Amino acid sequence: MNADITPPRSAFGAPPQGGAPSGPAEPVPRRPLGELAFVQRRGLLLGVRGWAAVIAALAVITVVFPVLNLLVPAGSPFHVSDYAVQLTGKILCYAICALAMDLIWGYTGILSLGHGLFFALGGYGMGMYLMRQIGLDGNYKSPLPDFMVFLNWKELPWTWTVSDSFIAQMLLVVLVPGLLALVFGWFAFRSRIKGVYFSIITQALTFAAMLLFFRNETGFGGNNGFTDFKRLLDLPIATPGMRITLFVITGITLVGCYLLSRAIVNSKYGRVLQAIRDAETRVMFTGYNPLAYKLSIWVLSAVMCAVAGALYVPQVGIINPSEMSPAASIEIAIWAAVGGRATLIGPIVGAFFVNGAKSWFTVAFPEFWLYFLGALFIAVTLFLPNGIVGLFKRAVEKKA
Amino acid sequence: MTPDLMEQGAQRRADYEARQQASRNTESGGRDASYGRIARLGVPDFTQGVALYLDDITVSFDGFRALNKLSLTVNVGELRCIIGPNGAGKTTMMDCITGKTRPDSGTASFGSTIDLLRLSEPQIAQVGIGRKFQKPTVYEDLSVFENLELALAADRRVRASLFSRLSGEQLDRIGETLGTIHLMADAQRTAGLLSHGQKQWLEIGMLLVQDPKLLLLDEPVAGMTDEETERTAELFLSLEGKHSLVVVEHDMKFVDQLTEGRKKVTVLHEGSVLAEGLLAEVQNNEKVVEVYLGR
Repeated sequence: MNADITPPRSAFGAPPQGGAPSGPAEPVPRRPLGELAFVQRRGLLLGVRGWAAVIAALAVITVVFPVLNLLVPAGSPFHVSDYAVQLTGKILCYAICALAMDLIWGYTGILSLGHGLFFALGGYGMGMYLMRQIGLDGNYKSPLPDFMVFLNWKELPWTWTVSDSFIAQMLLVVLVPGLLALVFGWFAFRSRIKGVYFSIITQALTFAAMLLFFRNETGFGGNNGFTDFKRLLDLPIATPGMRITLFVITGITLVGCYLLSRAIVNSKYGRVLQAIRDAETRVMFTGYNPLAYKLSIWVLSAVMCAVAGALYVPQVGIINPSEMSPAASIEIAIWAAVGGRATLIGPIVGAFFVNGAKSWFTVAFPEFWLYFLGALFIAVTLFLPNGIVGLFKRAVEKKA
Repeated sequence: MTPDLMEQGAQRRADYEARQQASRNTESGGRDASYGRIARLGVPDFTQGVALYLDDITVSFDGFRALNKLSLTVNVGELRCIIGPNGAGKTTMMDCITGKTRPDSGTASFGSTIDLLRLSEPQIAQVGIGRKFQKPTVYEDLSVFENLELALAADRRVRASLFSRLSGEQLDRIGETLGTIHLMADAQRTAGLLSHGQKQWLEIGMLLVQDPKLLLLDEPVAGMTDEETERTAELFLSLEGKHSLVVVEHDMKFVDQLTEGRKKVTVLHEGSVLAEGLLAEVQNNEKVVEVYLGR
């Protein structure tokens, strides 16, 4: 990297000339001490190009996809198939997860290998509501979900108390993973568990949760989880309209999460997070309590994952404990690493790249997918420490 | 009530208020130097003239006594140099003061009211103790400006940081410090790209904007050129009086510059104070010579 060029804080979001919201304008070098000219820019989260990109993304999500899917006839080369909408919607959910991972790993330097747990808990929260929406249309024509009838249960367990209410259940989608993250994080960060030890503990946490959810007695469908959803808010779920609506909501959520994350990392709070990543002891001896900072971003990251999980389940139509498997959590970290950590746009690119490659490979060369994933991870670690976005940035800098 | 009495009463009241007003301008900040003084939370009390008070501090790691009944006082506004051979316990002492290491026994207080052993590292930093590490520790991925911004004295809580905006005075303060540490031209550079000496300066600058009452400086001129060392000495001498400074250093020339032939130097050895006095005196002290030459 050229020593004299201030690297832009992100490749896409905020072009350097657009101006970050805080921090000084470029000071003229070698100015005499008397006339200091630090000016602080206000407002505008992103630069002009950044906002243009956000608006373009929103247009693609809310206009282009619905029109090409619903209005353009199936025979046309411009038609977007239902499969493509569903796949893209799924990847949008993954992208939210990758973004959440970037906040905690890329910016704060805490590698969580348990984010799949928060994703799955959010998914289960939504799944419970969808199970209740089936009503009497299940295989057993019972008001209870099928798996409970199968287990010969006569009434709903206490965990399902509010599962009939959409609003209450959506609150649980946020509250349960948020509370779990808060309690877990408080103990872990207060004990100053760091680095690989923290990663291992999060991995153990999600694994333990998976074993718990595999048990039928836990009351969440055991290893089959929830599936066969029929309705959402009393509307049939397997219609093109519902599919594209969920897609649009997911896309808007992703853009919202991106803007929120951008605001966070552009604030002084975001810089404290990066300082914690680079030199935590210095942060402490400067008077900041890292516990509060780590805990807040950790909980926010967990909640973002949970929201992604809740959006994922109605689109994919199933949730089961395999989402809590350690491999699922590691994949989230891979998306962030492949795209480029600490860039915000990177993890989104990474989620699309890895999952796009996955769905193409598993169709074209199903037996080679895992080899490819392994090779990809080795290649990124060896050659692209800053991920795809880092590669792109380097190319731009070389040209300039 | 007669007008006379009323006038006398008004006169007495005016006198009383004038006395009150005058007493607020004293060194003790308006508080009486008596038993009636109120200790305020998080505000060190320096009325007794002592900034840092260590008594009988013992720290052992697996049976090895890094500090052995160390007692030391540093006065308000004093610049104290601490020398000693490797392993004398200089860094451990700083760890104890800043809360990184908890001593096995002893007391450590900041001013006369703040018990350092009951506070966490961030709390100790907040009451006004700043520390510079032996190895320069800056936030490598942030710019020089951002490094100073984070160190700047301000509300350290999460919410305050989320919505923080630098005021004009704060920007001026950062600009002034950038001038002091000669990094004005590098304000927008990533701190990781600075030279070793520049990082040392940046860390010193971060301490300055933090505005601590007591600065602990662990080998501040390691890796600096002669010219940089000289400038650092000038900077520290300019801080003396306004702040209390504790400087741990091996470089005797630097120590000589700082003490100006009239300030006390403390020699640590095997975790306790071996000698204390002027640099010339301690350099001629038999025990000190023995320790340094290893006889």
